Amino acid sequence: MTSSTANPNDARAHARAMAGTIVEAMPMLPPQADDVPGEVLWEETVAAGGYTSRRIARGTRLRLVDLYGDACASMLLFNAESPVERLNVADTIKVQWNGYLGAGKLLLTDMGRVIMSIVEDDAGTHDVFCGASNEASNARIYGTGKNYSPYPNARDRFMLAVAKYGLGRKDVHPCINWFKGVRVADDGATLPELGPFAPGRSLVLRAEMDLIAVFANCPHVLDTRPEFAVTPLRVTAWRGAVTEADDPIRQASPEGLRAFLNTEDYYRR
Amino acid sequence: MNTLSESPRGTIVHDEIVPALAPWMHVVKAGQTLRIIDLEGNQAVDFLIYAADDDSERYSAQDTIAAQRNVYLRDGAALLSNEGRPMMTITGTSVAYHDTIGGACSCESNTLRYGHHTKAQHACVENFLDANVRAGRNKRDMVSNINFFMNVPVEADGTLGIVDGISAPGLTVDLRAEMDVTVVVSNCPQINNPCNGFNPTPVRMVVTN
Repeated sequence: MTSSTANPNDARAHARAMAGTIVEAMPMLPPQADDVPGEVLWEETVAAGGYTSRRIARGTRLRLVDLYGDACASMLLFNAESPVERLNVADTIKVQWNGYLGAGKLLLTDMGRVIMSIVEDDAGTHDVFCGASNEASNARIYGTGKNYSPYPNARDRFMLAVAKYGLGRKDVHPCINWFKGVRVADDGATLPELGPFAPGRSLVLRAEMDLIAVFANCPHVLDTRPEFAVTPLRVTAWRGAVTEADDPIRQASPEGLRAFLNTEDYYRR
Repeated sequence: MNTLSESPRGTIVHDEIVPALAPWMHVVKAGQTLRIIDLEGNQAVDFLIYAADDDSERYSAQDTIAAQRNVYLRDGAALLSNEGRPMMTITGTSVAYHDTIGGACSCESNTLRYGHHTKAQHACVENFLDANVRAGRNKRDMVSNINFFMNVPVEADGTLGIVDGISAPGLTVDLRAEMDVTVVVSNCPQINNPCNGFNPTPVRMVVTN
């Protein structure tokens, strides 16, 4: 019997016959989204356990949707033209005098600039304290956490993603976990808010700098459910204007206003 | 010189006073204990840890918080690396808890927190870079840190901030190295908040076998 892939012509035909296959977790090219107010730049569904990354221009809006209620969108941010500048979680909470993220809050870099702002948020359960799962934490729960296993961990996903920009282990910095919350008790104990939640919760971020966004979608490090409890994440980006001088988020606090002034000064060239 | 509130166990192999405002870098071998003494009280000691033989393994505040399920560092806390491995352990502290969520002050963040007039002031990130650049490291190596003796309460609505310290003259924290580590310290020069009572002061570092 002759295999259908026994010679190059048949192997080519076999490979090409896969084209056009649609699965849920994939990028859509060209991107299409009929529910966003602007030119769509990026439309991708990130698999449970998957990761993605993208260079995004200043002004771009980025929407994250927790499609089924169990996404954990762990995020790193870099200044696209100088990636040694990056998200600084400690400065983000310290400068804004609050550890809980939500609409109107800013994400700050380690150079005193605002890199993204949170335009809309109907989730309210986010975490800046506990960071990414790692191979050991996944191995304790699922038996393994390797990238080639069904149970990859968020930090190793970050390492693959940043490596594709020529970055490395030293560039994997403290992250934000969107959709999975951690509150702090009076005694400092971390109180997880892990759901599952109602499907469809979303947030919209605005890029205040040209940036590289990296996402891993793996179970939260404090999630002890024995099944790899994570569901797909929808990411959509559309073109938008650079923040105006009278923008209410820009004007909301003296610290935030100075962060915008620093970002605007950086682009004064 | 101030005396130790309680003598450290073991043989002293290094004993040094870090001046107010200054950086400090030292290798602490596995099994050795570093005692930090807050000589005059209420001085924040910003603290980075790197594996001595591979500085891409370093202290991770988020891994430490997740593993111990608490944002404050108390007696017995294991200080974990980005690989989830214990780098040092707090084996004794005369201060109730220490901070690891507040990060380090920098010239740049100071412009946000206090105004652009503070840009020229010395800052912890400057100290970290001063020490690290001489050892081949740069800003990529600035990730997360510990602030010994610094008090950052978190209220029910998430409000947090650096408030008056809970340390006093002569209070100490002991850190046992679980692997050979390079520690980099910024003896915090911040003068715009209460992390050191608006008055940076010296600290003493004692390493024992």
